[in-house]
Amino acid sequence: MAKFGGKIKKEMGAISTASLPDIVFMLLFFFMVATVLRTEDEKVKVMKPEASEVEKLEKKHLIKYINIGPPQDKERYGSNPVIQLNDNFATAADIQTWVDQERLTLADAEQSQMWVSLKVDQDTKMKVVTDVKQELRQANALKLLYSTNTRDRTGN
Amino acid sequence: MSRRALTEINAGSMADIAFLLLIFWLVTTTIDSDEGIQRQLPPIVPPVENPPVVKERNVYVVLVNGKDQLLVEGEIMDINKLKEGAKEFLVANGDGILYPARPEIEKFPIRALVSKTEVDQKVADFQSFYDNAATDNEKDGFESQLKQWKKKQIAIKHLKVDYYELPSSALISMQNDNNTSYNMYIQVQNELQAAVNELRDELTEAKFNMTYDELKTRYERERSNPNYEEWLQTIRAVYPQRVSEAEPKDASNLYN
Repeated sequence: MAKFGGKIKKEMGAISTASLPDIVFMLLFFFMVATVLRTEDEKVKVMKPEASEVEKLEKKHLIKYINIGPPQDKERYGSNPVIQLNDNFATAADIQTWVDQERLTLADAEQSQMWVSLKVDQDTKMKVVTDVKQELRQANALKLLYSTNTRDRTGN
Repeated sequence: MSRRALTEINAGSMADIAFLLLIFWLVTTTIDSDEGIQRQLPPIVPPVENPPVVKERNVYVVLVNGKDQLLVEGEIMDINKLKEGAKEFLVANGDGILYPARPEIEKFPIRALVSKTEVDQKVADFQSFYDNAATDNEKDGFESQLKQWKKKQIAIKHLKVDYYELPSSALISMQNDNNTSYNMYIQVQNELQAAVNELRDELTEAKFNMTYDELKTRYERERSNPNYEEWLQTIRAVYPQRVSEAEPKDASNLYN
Protein backbone atom coordinates (compact mmCIF):
# COMPACT_ATOMS: atom_id res chain seq x y z
CA MET A 1 0.00 0.00 0.00
CA ALA A 2 2.73 2.34 0.91
CA LYS A 3 4.09 2.00 -2.51
CA PHE A 4 1.09 3.60 -4.03
CA GLY A 5 -0.14 5.80 -1.25
CA GLY A 6 2.60 8.21 -0.52
CA LYS A 7 4.67 10.01 -2.97
CA ILE A 8 3.02 10.76 -6.23
CA LYS A 9 -0.36 12.29 -5.72
CA LYS A 10 -2.15 12.75 -8.96
CA GLU A 11 -4.97 15.27 -9.02
CA MET A 12 -8.08 13.90 -10.59
CA GLY A 13 -9.14 16.39 -13.20
CA ALA A 14 -12.81 17.42 -13.21
CA ILE A 15 -14.84 15.49 -15.71
CA SER A 16 -15.55 17.72 -18.62
CA THR A 17 -19.22 18.61 -18.81
CA ALA A 18 -18.87 20.31 -22.12
CA SER A 19 -20.72 17.55 -23.94
CA LEU A 20 -23.60 17.50 -21.48
CA PRO A 21 -25.59 20.19 -23.28
CA ASP A 22 -25.19 18.27 -26.51
CA ILE A 23 -26.54 15.14 -24.94
CA VAL A 24 -29.50 16.98 -23.46
CA PHE A 25 -30.22 18.72 -26.73
CA MET A 26 -30.16 15.40 -28.45
CA LEU A 27 -32.76 14.14 -25.98
CA LEU A 28 -34.80 17.27 -26.54
CA PHE A 29 -34.79 16.85 -30.29
CA PHE A 30 -35.71 13.22 -29.95
CA PHE A 31 -38.73 14.15 -27.89
CA MET A 32 -39.70 16.95 -30.22
CA VAL A 33 -39.74 14.56 -33.12
CA ALA A 34 -41.37 11.66 -31.33
CA THR A 35 -44.24 13.50 -29.74
CA VAL A 36 -47.10 15.64 -30.88
CA LEU A 37 -48.11 18.91 -29.37
CA ARG A 38 -51.40 18.85 -27.59
CA THR A 39 -53.73 20.39 -30.13
CA GLU A 40 -56.84 20.77 -28.10
CA ASP A 41 -57.82 21.16 -24.49
CA GLU A 42 -59.17 18.08 -22.92
CA LYS A 43 -62.37 19.23 -21.39
CA VAL A 44 -63.47 15.81 -20.29
CA LYS A 45 -61.72 13.32 -18.07
CA VAL A 46 -60.99 10.13 -19.92
CA MET A 47 -59.67 6.97 -18.34
CA LYS A 48 -59.27 4.72 -21.32
CA PRO A 49 -60.08 1.03 -20.94
CA GLU A 50 -57.38 -1.55 -21.51
CA ALA A 51 -57.39 -4.04 -24.33
CA SER A 52 -54.97 -6.54 -25.80
CA GLU A 53 -56.07 -6.74 -29.42
CA VAL A 54 -55.01 -3.24 -30.35
CA GLU A 55 -53.97 -2.06 -33.74
CA LYS A 56 -52.14 1.14 -34.46
CA LEU A 57 -53.16 3.78 -36.94
CA GLU A 58 -50.25 5.22 -38.80
CA LYS A 59 -51.64 8.20 -40.67
CA LYS A 60 -52.38 10.70 -37.94
CA HIS A 61 -53.84 13.40 -40.12
CA LEU A 62 -56.67 11.07 -41.12
CA ILE A 63 -57.83 10.66 -37.54
CA LYS A 64 -60.52 12.86 -35.99
CA TYR A 65 -61.21 12.63 -32.29
CA ILE A 66 -64.35 12.46 -30.23
CA ASN A 67 -63.91 12.53 -26.46
CA ILE A 68 -66.60 11.31 -24.14
CA GLY A 69 -66.44 11.43 -20.37
CA PRO A 70 -67.34 13.43 -17.28
CA PRO A 71 -66.38 17.13 -17.56
CA GLN A 72 -63.14 18.30 -15.96
CA ASP A 73 -64.97 21.23 -14.44
CA LYS A 74 -67.47 19.40 -12.33
CA GLU A 75 -68.92 22.39 -10.57
CA ARG A 76 -69.91 24.10 -13.73
CA TYR A 77 -70.96 21.24 -15.92
CA GLY A 78 -71.96 18.46 -13.55
CA SER A 79 -70.62 14.94 -13.62
CA ASN A 80 -72.69 13.30 -16.33
CA PRO A 81 -70.65 12.17 -19.31
CA VAL A 82 -70.58 14.66 -22.16
CA ILE A 83 -69.33 14.63 -25.72
CA GLN A 84 -66.44 16.86 -26.71
CA LEU A 85 -65.92 17.74 -30.36
CA ASN A 86 -62.79 19.77 -31.04
CA ASP A 87 -62.80 22.31 -28.21
CA ASN A 88 -66.48 22.38 -27.43
CA PHE A 89 -69.10 20.37 -25.67
CA ALA A 90 -71.66 19.00 -28.04
CA THR A 91 -74.60 16.68 -28.26
CA ALA A 92 -74.99 13.62 -30.42
CA ALA A 93 -77.11 15.66 -32.82
CA ASP A 94 -74.09 17.85 -33.68
CA ILE A 95 -72.01 14.95 -34.87
CA GLN A 96 -73.22 14.79 -38.45
CA THR A 97 -72.34 18.43 -39.13
CA TRP A 98 -69.04 17.95 -37.37
CA VAL A 99 -68.18 14.94 -39.53
CA ASP A 100 -68.96 16.91 -42.69
CA GLN A 101 -66.79 19.79 -41.53
CA GLU A 102 -63.88 17.56 -40.59
CA ARG A 103 -64.13 15.75 -43.89
CA LEU A 104 -63.59 19.00 -45.71
CA THR A 105 -60.25 19.48 -43.96
CA LEU A 106 -58.91 16.45 -45.79
CA ALA A 107 -57.82 16.26 -49.40
CA ASP A 108 -60.48 14.99 -51.79
CA ALA A 109 -58.76 11.68 -52.33
CA GLU A 110 -58.45 11.03 -48.62
CA GLN A 111 -61.95 11.91 -47.53
CA SER A 112 -63.13 8.34 -47.71
CA GLN A 113 -60.25 7.19 -45.54
CA MET A 114 -61.14 9.27 -42.52
CA TRP A 115 -60.99 7.50 -39.16
CA VAL A 116 -62.89 8.55 -36.11
CA SER A 117 -61.16 7.79 -32.85
CA LEU A 118 -63.45 7.45 -29.86
CA LYS A 119 -61.76 8.28 -26.60
CA VAL A 120 -64.30 7.24 -24.07
CA ASP A 121 -64.05 7.05 -20.31
CA GLN A 122 -64.36 3.47 -19.15
CA ASP A 123 -67.23 4.12 -16.75
CA THR A 124 -69.45 5.72 -19.35
CA LYS A 125 -72.72 3.96 -20.03
CA MET A 126 -73.12 2.59 -23.53
CA LYS A 127 -76.20 4.73 -24.23
CA VAL A 128 -74.06 7.77 -25.06
CA VAL A 129 -71.63 5.75 -27.14
CA THR A 130 -74.39 4.03 -29.07
CA ASP A 131 -76.01 7.36 -29.91
CA VAL A 132 -72.69 8.61 -31.22
CA LYS A 133 -72.20 5.46 -33.26
CA GLN A 134 -75.64 5.81 -34.81
CA GLU A 135 -74.90 9.41 -35.78
CA LEU A 136 -71.60 8.35 -37.29
CA ARG A 137 -73.39 5.76 -39.35
CA GLN A 138 -75.84 8.40 -40.51
CA ALA A 139 -72.93 10.61 -41.49
CA ASN A 140 -71.34 7.67 -43.28
CA ALA A 141 -68.17 7.85 -41.20
CA LEU A 142 -67.79 4.13 -40.71
CA LYS A 143 -64.16 3.66 -39.77
CA LEU A 144 -64.03 3.64 -36.04
CA LEU A 145 -61.24 3.23 -33.52
CA TYR A 146 -62.04 2.55 -29.89
CA SER A 147 -59.01 4.14 -28.33
CA THR A 148 -57.56 1.96 -25.57
CA ASN A 149 -54.43 1.38 -23.57
CA THR A 150 -52.49 -1.78 -24.19
CA ARG A 151 -52.32 -4.80 -21.94
CA ASP A 152 -51.40 -8.44 -22.29
CA ARG A 153 -53.77 -11.04 -23.56
CA THR A 154 -55.57 -12.86 -20.79
CA GLY A 155 -55.19 -16.54 -20.08
CA ASN A 156 -51.77 -17.08 -21.63
CA MET B 1 -6.60 49.98 -26.01
CA SER B 2 -5.99 47.36 -23.51
CA ARG B 3 -5.82 43.89 -24.62
CA ARG B 4 -7.53 41.38 -22.53
CA ALA B 5 -7.04 37.72 -22.91
CA LEU B 6 -10.15 36.14 -24.35
CA THR B 7 -11.74 34.23 -21.55
CA GLU B 8 -13.76 31.17 -22.35
CA ILE B 9 -17.47 31.59 -21.77
CA ASN B 10 -18.61 29.27 -19.10
CA ALA B 11 -20.87 26.72 -20.76
CA GLY B 12 -21.80 25.02 -17.55
CA SER B 13 -25.27 26.49 -17.47
CA MET B 14 -25.96 25.42 -21.01
CA ALA B 15 -26.94 22.01 -19.77
CA ASP B 16 -29.39 23.55 -17.33
CA ILE B 17 -31.01 25.59 -20.06
CA ALA B 18 -31.33 22.56 -22.26
CA PHE B 19 -32.78 20.55 -19.42
CA LEU B 20 -35.33 23.26 -18.82
CA LEU B 21 -36.37 23.16 -22.46
CA LEU B 22 -36.54 19.40 -22.35
CA ILE B 23 -38.74 19.37 -19.27
CA PHE B 24 -40.99 22.03 -20.75
CA TRP B 25 -41.44 19.86 -23.81
CA LEU B 26 -42.13 16.78 -21.77
CA VAL B 27 -44.86 18.53 -19.86
CA THR B 28 -46.63 20.18 -22.78
CA THR B 29 -46.71 17.23 -25.14
CA THR B 30 -48.47 13.94 -24.95
CA ILE B 31 -47.13 10.73 -26.28
CA ASP B 32 -50.55 9.94 -27.51
CA SER B 33 -50.58 6.76 -29.43
CA ASP B 34 -53.49 6.12 -31.70
CA GLU B 35 -53.96 2.58 -30.63
CA GLY B 36 -57.17 0.77 -30.09
CA ILE B 37 -59.66 -1.70 -31.38
CA GLN B 38 -60.57 -1.01 -34.96
CA ARG B 39 -64.08 -1.58 -36.16
CA GLN B 40 -65.97 -0.94 -39.33
CA LEU B 41 -69.52 0.22 -38.66
CA PRO B 42 -72.22 -1.23 -40.88
CA PRO B 43 -73.70 1.28 -43.31
CA ILE B 44 -77.31 2.26 -42.82
CA VAL B 45 -79.57 0.09 -44.92
CA PRO B 46 -83.31 0.20 -45.27
CA PRO B 47 -84.90 -2.56 -43.19
CA VAL B 48 -85.33 -5.83 -45.04
CA GLU B 49 -88.87 -7.12 -45.31
CA ASN B 50 -88.15 -10.77 -44.70
CA PRO B 51 -84.71 -11.18 -43.22
CA PRO B 52 -83.23 -14.57 -44.07
CA VAL B 53 -83.57 -17.09 -41.29
CA VAL B 54 -80.18 -18.07 -39.94
CA LYS B 55 -79.68 -21.43 -38.31
CA GLU B 56 -79.29 -21.16 -34.59
CA ARG B 57 -76.17 -23.25 -34.60
CA ASN B 58 -74.50 -20.75 -36.92
CA VAL B 59 -74.82 -17.83 -34.53
CA TYR B 60 -72.88 -17.38 -31.32
CA VAL B 61 -75.01 -15.07 -29.24
CA VAL B 62 -73.28 -12.88 -26.67
CA LEU B 63 -75.52 -10.70 -24.55
CA VAL B 64 -74.34 -8.16 -21.99
CA ASN B 65 -76.80 -6.68 -19.55
CA GLY B 66 -76.88 -3.36 -17.75
CA LYS B 67 -75.00 -4.84 -14.81
CA ASP B 68 -72.12 -5.99 -17.00
CA GLN B 69 -73.08 -9.64 -16.79
CA LEU B 70 -72.66 -11.98 -19.73
CA LEU B 71 -75.14 -14.39 -21.21
CA VAL B 72 -73.52 -16.52 -23.87
CA GLU B 73 -75.61 -18.97 -25.87
CA GLY B 74 -78.21 -18.90 -23.12
CA GLU B 75 -75.82 -19.51 -20.27
CA ILE B 76 -74.25 -17.14 -17.77
CA MET B 77 -70.54 -16.92 -18.42
CA ASP B 78 -67.53 -15.26 -16.90
CA ILE B 79 -65.66 -12.89 -19.18
CA ASN B 80 -62.48 -14.96 -18.72
CA LYS B 81 -64.10 -17.89 -20.46
CA LEU B 82 -65.44 -15.90 -23.38
CA LYS B 83 -62.34 -16.22 -25.51
CA GLU B 84 -62.23 -20.00 -25.23
CA GLY B 85 -65.94 -20.13 -25.89
CA ALA B 86 -65.66 -18.09 -29.05
CA LYS B 87 -62.68 -20.14 -30.23
CA GLU B 88 -64.65 -23.30 -29.70
CA PHE B 89 -67.49 -21.88 -31.75
CA LEU B 90 -65.12 -21.12 -34.60
CA VAL B 91 -63.30 -24.45 -34.73
CA ALA B 92 -65.50 -26.92 -32.90
CA ASN B 93 -66.10 -29.01 -35.97
CA GLY B 94 -62.51 -28.84 -37.14
CA ASP B 95 -60.85 -26.80 -39.86
CA GLY B 96 -59.06 -29.81 -41.31
CA ILE B 97 -55.65 -28.19 -40.82
CA LEU B 98 -54.70 -27.82 -37.19
CA TYR B 99 -57.95 -29.09 -35.79
CA PRO B 100 -58.89 -32.35 -37.46
CA ALA B 101 -62.38 -32.56 -38.85
CA ARG B 102 -64.58 -34.29 -36.33
CA PRO B 103 -67.97 -35.87 -36.46
CA GLU B 104 -70.10 -32.82 -36.12
CA ILE B 105 -70.95 -31.44 -32.72
CA GLU B 106 -74.47 -30.27 -32.22
CA LYS B 107 -74.98 -26.49 -31.79
CA PHE B 108 -71.80 -25.45 -33.55
CA PRO B 109 -71.63 -24.49 -37.23
CA ILE B 110 -70.75 -27.20 -39.70
CA ARG B 111 -67.64 -26.38 -41.63
CA ALA B 112 -67.82 -27.41 -45.28
CA LEU B 113 -64.95 -29.11 -47.08
CA VAL B 114 -63.11 -27.07 -49.67
CA SER B 115 -61.16 -29.52 -51.78
CA LYS B 116 -58.60 -28.81 -54.43
CA THR B 117 -60.33 -30.76 -57.15
CA GLU B 118 -63.66 -29.08 -56.53
CA VAL B 119 -62.18 -25.59 -56.40
CA ASP B 120 -60.14 -26.08 -59.57
CA GLN B 121 -63.25 -27.34 -61.30
CA LYS B 122 -65.36 -24.38 -60.14
CA VAL B 123 -62.74 -21.84 -61.14
CA ALA B 124 -62.55 -23.36 -64.61
CA ASP B 125 -66.36 -23.45 -64.86
CA PHE B 126 -66.92 -19.87 -63.83
CA GLN B 127 -64.06 -18.70 -66.00
CA SER B 128 -65.78 -20.18 -69.04
CA PHE B 129 -69.18 -18.82 -67.93
CA TYR B 130 -67.61 -15.43 -67.53
CA ASP B 131 -65.92 -15.54 -70.90
CA ASN B 132 -69.12 -16.62 -72.63
CA ALA B 133 -71.51 -14.35 -70.75
CA ALA B 134 -73.76 -12.36 -73.06
CA THR B 135 -74.66 -9.33 -70.98
CA ASP B 136 -72.68 -7.15 -68.62
CA ASN B 137 -75.07 -8.00 -65.85
CA GLU B 138 -74.34 -11.68 -66.17
CA LYS B 139 -70.65 -10.94 -66.42
CA ASP B 140 -70.68 -9.11 -63.10
CA GLY B 141 -72.49 -11.97 -61.43
CA PHE B 142 -70.01 -14.54 -62.67
CA GLU B 143 -67.09 -12.31 -61.87
CA SER B 144 -67.90 -12.11 -58.18
CA GLN B 145 -68.38 -15.89 -58.05
CA LEU B 146 -65.12 -16.38 -59.89
CA LYS B 147 -63.33 -14.11 -57.44
CA GLN B 148 -64.61 -16.06 -54.47
CA TRP B 149 -63.48 -19.37 -55.87
CA LYS B 150 -60.13 -17.95 -56.88
CA LYS B 151 -59.60 -16.86 -53.30
CA LYS B 152 -60.24 -20.39 -52.14
CA GLN B 153 -57.87 -21.67 -54.79
CA ILE B 154 -55.17 -19.38 -53.48
CA ALA B 155 -55.86 -20.51 -49.93
CA ILE B 156 -55.45 -24.15 -50.85
CA LYS B 157 -52.31 -23.38 -52.79
CA HIS B 158 -50.66 -21.89 -49.71
CA LEU B 159 -52.11 -24.27 -47.14
CA LYS B 160 -51.14 -27.23 -49.33
CA VAL B 161 -54.08 -29.16 -47.93
CA ASP B 162 -57.83 -29.12 -48.27
CA TYR B 163 -59.59 -27.24 -45.52
CA TYR B 164 -63.02 -26.82 -44.01
CA GLU B 165 -64.55 -23.38 -44.21
CA LEU B 166 -67.12 -21.70 -42.00
CA PRO B 167 -70.54 -21.29 -43.58
CA SER B 168 -71.07 -17.73 -44.73
CA SER B 169 -73.89 -17.23 -42.26
CA ALA B 170 -71.81 -18.17 -39.23
CA LEU B 171 -71.18 -15.18 -37.02
CA ILE B 172 -70.67 -13.98 -33.51
CA SER B 173 -73.47 -11.66 -32.55
CA MET B 174 -73.08 -9.27 -29.67
CA GLN B 175 -75.78 -7.21 -28.07
CA ASN B 176 -75.43 -4.88 -25.14
CA ASP B 177 -77.73 -2.84 -22.97
CA ASN B 178 -77.87 0.92 -22.78
CA ASN B 179 -76.57 0.68 -19.23
CA THR B 180 -73.63 -1.56 -20.01
CA SER B 181 -70.40 0.17 -19.10
CA TYR B 182 -68.04 1.11 -21.89
CA ASN B 183 -65.26 -0.82 -20.23
CA MET B 184 -67.29 -4.05 -20.30
CA TYR B 185 -68.21 -3.43 -23.92
CA ILE B 186 -64.55 -3.06 -24.86
CA GLN B 187 -63.56 -6.15 -22.85
CA VAL B 188 -66.15 -8.25 -24.68
CA GLN B 189 -65.12 -6.90 -28.07
CA ASN B 190 -61.53 -7.52 -27.09
CA GLU B 191 -62.07 -11.14 -26.06
CA LEU B 192 -63.99 -11.90 -29.24
CA GLN B 193 -61.20 -10.35 -31.27
CA ALA B 194 -58.63 -12.26 -29.23
CA ALA B 195 -60.35 -15.55 -30.12
CA VAL B 196 -60.02 -14.88 -33.85
CA ASN B 197 -56.51 -13.49 -33.48
CA GLU B 198 -55.26 -16.47 -31.50
CA LEU B 199 -56.55 -18.92 -34.08
CA ARG B 200 -55.02 -16.83 -36.83
CA ASP B 201 -51.75 -16.72 -34.91
CA GLU B 202 -51.67 -20.49 -34.58
CA LEU B 203 -52.29 -21.03 -38.25
CA THR B 204 -49.83 -18.38 -39.39
CA GLU B 205 -47.22 -19.86 -37.08
CA ALA B 206 -47.78 -23.35 -38.42
CA LYS B 207 -47.89 -22.47 -42.10
CA PHE B 208 -45.74 -19.39 -42.54
CA ASN B 209 -43.61 -19.49 -39.41
CA MET B 210 -44.46 -16.05 -38.01
CA THR B 211 -47.22 -14.44 -36.00
CA TYR B 212 -50.26 -12.94 -37.65
CA ASP B 213 -49.22 -9.46 -36.57
CA GLU B 214 -45.82 -9.96 -38.10
CA LEU B 215 -47.40 -11.05 -41.34
CA LYS B 216 -49.52 -7.92 -41.35
CA THR B 217 -46.56 -5.62 -40.79
CA ARG B 218 -44.60 -7.40 -43.49
CA TYR B 219 -47.50 -6.93 -45.85
CA GLU B 220 -47.65 -3.21 -44.98
CA ARG B 221 -43.93 -2.80 -45.57
CA GLU B 222 -43.62 -4.81 -48.74
CA ARG B 223 -46.73 -4.23 -50.76
CA SER B 224 -44.82 -5.27 -53.84
CA ASN B 225 -44.44 -8.82 -52.62
CA PRO B 226 -47.67 -10.60 -53.66
CA ASN B 227 -46.94 -13.52 -51.35
CA TYR B 228 -47.81 -11.67 -48.17
CA GLU B 229 -51.13 -10.50 -49.48
CA GLU B 230 -52.04 -14.02 -50.52
CA TRP B 231 -50.93 -15.40 -47.18
CA LEU B 232 -53.13 -12.89 -45.37
CA GLN B 233 -56.06 -13.84 -47.56
CA THR B 234 -55.42 -17.50 -46.85
CA ILE B 235 -55.48 -17.01 -43.09
CA ARG B 236 -58.60 -14.89 -43.33
CA ALA B 237 -60.32 -17.46 -45.51
CA VAL B 238 -59.91 -20.12 -42.84
CA TYR B 239 -60.68 -17.81 -39.91
CA PRO B 240 -62.86 -14.95 -41.07
CA GLN B 241 -63.63 -12.17 -38.67
CA ARG B 242 -67.35 -12.07 -38.13
CA VAL B 243 -68.45 -10.04 -35.17
CA SER B 244 -71.72 -8.26 -35.62
CA GLU B 245 -73.56 -5.99 -33.24
CA ALA B 246 -77.27 -5.89 -32.78
CA GLU B 247 -79.00 -2.68 -31.81
CA PRO B 248 -78.69 -2.23 -28.04
CA LYS B 249 -81.62 -2.78 -25.77
CA ASP B 250 -82.84 -0.54 -23.04
CA ALA B 251 -83.86 -2.60 -20.08
CA SER B 252 -83.26 0.03 -17.43
CA ASN B 253 -86.90 0.03 -16.36
CA LEU B 254 -86.57 -3.62 -15.40
CA TYR B 255 -83.98 -2.95 -12.72
CA ASN B 256 -85.96 -0.53 -10.63
